[in-house]
Amino acid sequence: MSDGATPSLSRRRLLELVGASVGGSATYQFMTRLGFASESPYRGAIKLEGDPKGASVIILGAGLAGMTAAIELKRAGYKINVLEYNLRPGGRNWTLRGGDVYTELGGATQHCEFDAGLYINPGPWRIPYHHHAILDYCRRFGVTLESFIQLNHNAFLHSAAAFDGKPQRIRDIKADFEGGVSELLAKATRKGALDEAVSKEDREILLEALRSLGALDNDFRYRAGDASSAHRGYAKDPGGGVDAEPVNGEPIGMHDILTSRLWRGLQNFLNYDFQTTMFQPVGGMGRIGEAFARQIPNGIRYGAKVIGVTQNETGVTVAFEDLVAGGAVQEVRVDWCVCTLPLSILSQIPINVSARMKAAIDAVPYASAVKFGLQFSRRFWEEDEHIFGGITYTDLPIRQISYPSTGLNAGGKGVLLGGYTFDGPNSYEFTAMSPAERVRRAVEFGAQIHPQYLTEFENGVSVAWSRVPFTLGCAGDWSDEARSAHYNDLCQIDGRIVLAGEHASYIPAWQEGAILSALDAIQRLHKRIIAS
Amino acid sequence: MTVSISIRLRSRRNRHAMRKCSERVAWALVAAGAVAAPVLADELSSKTAMSRGWEFTEQGGADLFNNVCAACHQPDAKGAIGAAAYPPLAADTKLASTDFLLAVLLDGLRGMPPVGSMMSDEQVADVVNYVRTHFGNSYAGAVSAAEVSAARRRSKSAP
Repeated sequence: MSDGATPSLSRRRLLELVGASVGGSATYQFMTRLGFASESPYRGAIKLEGDPKGASVIILGAGLAGMTAAIELKRAGYKINVLEYNLRPGGRNWTLRGGDVYTELGGATQHCEFDAGLYINPGPWRIPYHHHAILDYCRRFGVTLESFIQLNHNAFLHSAAAFDGKPQRIRDIKADFEGGVSELLAKATRKGALDEAVSKEDREILLEALRSLGALDNDFRYRAGDASSAHRGYAKDPGGGVDAEPVNGEPIGMHDILTSRLWRGLQNFLNYDFQTTMFQPVGGMGRIGEAFARQIPNGIRYGAKVIGVTQNETGVTVAFEDLVAGGAVQEVRVDWCVCTLPLSILSQIPINVSARMKAAIDAVPYASAVKFGLQFSRRFWEEDEHIFGGITYTDLPIRQISYPSTGLNAGGKGVLLGGYTFDGPNSYEFTAMSPAERVRRAVEFGAQIHPQYLTEFENGVSVAWSRVPFTLGCAGDWSDEARSAHYNDLCQIDGRIVLAGEHASYIPAWQEGAILSALDAIQRLHKRIIAS
Repeated sequence: MTVSISIRLRSRRNRHAMRKCSERVAWALVAAGAVAAPVLADELSSKTAMSRGWEFTEQGGADLFNNVCAACHQPDAKGAIGAAAYPPLAADTKLASTDFLLAVLLDGLRGMPPVGSMMSDEQVADVVNYVRTHFGNSYAGAVSAAEVSAARRRSKSAP
């Protein structure tokens, strides 16, 4: 709200009035009308009204987009048929557990040796609270969720080039950066440097806010003391009985924080996508794909590699290799097609769509990403370092270490996400290594942050998405230019074919994007079918 | 998985001693390079150093091929087949055209990202020349960094 005072009641004042007189929900509705509250593109369970009169739809791909389409179309009365390359549902929604065997492109096979109950999610691993569609499907399909801990103040920020390579607690960097900035801003405010920008009344409030949010002392300084310790913690925590008095720690100076660049890690906790509360399914992300598949019993044909899609005025023919039967080629003829194959795959398959849609299919590079799952003989991060869940960010090639959000404080073994790269040179470099070499490197790098790696590491797996046989990449990596040139063409219904998936959404690489894309595609398709 | 196994054996030997170290002490040891770090450097760092930041630091065609191209096209350049394929670069007649190869590296091709955007002109030239003269390819006419620079200015990713 700027000072550009309007003669009428300010919007905020109006809201205060509404809130005060008729209560919160009325305020919310009012805010929604004014465009203050963000509007969800998800409007609840869809209803496809009207009789499809036995029309048949083939769905290519049994990831979340494909299964969403299949479930909803079946419910609306369509004859559905799903073709899936893998021998399991879910696509990138996938969990690796002990006993699982995974062969990547190039032929390297890994046998996951995790103990019972331990797992790694090679693909999606966390769900934001504002991804309403996937949360709603989890509720409807009985997928139990638990908290995914994104921000743990006691995890680390680390740079090999800062603080002699010693990892710093997130709470120290966060509190000391905010305290340091608040002190500077308070100083400038009190010297009158902000007089032109901030009114006299607001200056008083600003100082009050800086003291409160920056943990400044009575003199607006950020120093070792009770105020700063209340944010950053203590050198010695308060105890009970004799010798129980807490000892305040010395904040890290602004110069050291700035030049360390560790402040860059804090952005991971500010982004809308990563704000608390985040969720994960109990037992692994793959539980979602499994639950979706249960909604369409016998509806998915596994081991089916699509090799061609042809349409004419009367229908669509899909040719596929039956991998379970030694690759024998088969054809299916149906009325309509919802294709959710990743563009990295679809761009190589003959398909007769318009030149504009074909150009869109060919316009999207797929990101390279690598994840590591490492099992350790004990949960040293909890026992030694008091890190319960959350993520350590580092400038080492592994980029991050994520601690499990489950089994907290219970002892025993644990599996860490020992690294997660997305794009950039390190993703390619890790991918180019053998799986064993990748794991060895991840252990080597991780030991720079947790020396216990050297004694506690037991076994590990790594998934390099550019070598994943069913995607040939992690996710559609749209540039702004490509999106403005091609996105709308990608989303059109082309004759009897419509595409869906995270690549056909503005939430790329997220499961929510896949589901919202599928819901939008089938609603438009259904409308066309009913009208025809 | 022999590599993991060797880590495991070494780990078990050191486990008792390391457990006695507090977090801080263990740290000091690593930071000072006293115990663990040299062991690791010796036994584990068999490959070239990984890049820092967002540009490849590998130099020379062989190193670039082995750490970048091989990720998808495989170490033997023979490609791979899954739900779709990474084409082989071995004995590939398309590589006769340097223009084609430069366009692929600088602009990407379908699902392939423009990896040349994370390389210098010199690096792009080196890797192009390497792949055109190895893996059963023997095309004449090396590309220069200046030609890469010119191709980059024509490419979609030009600034």
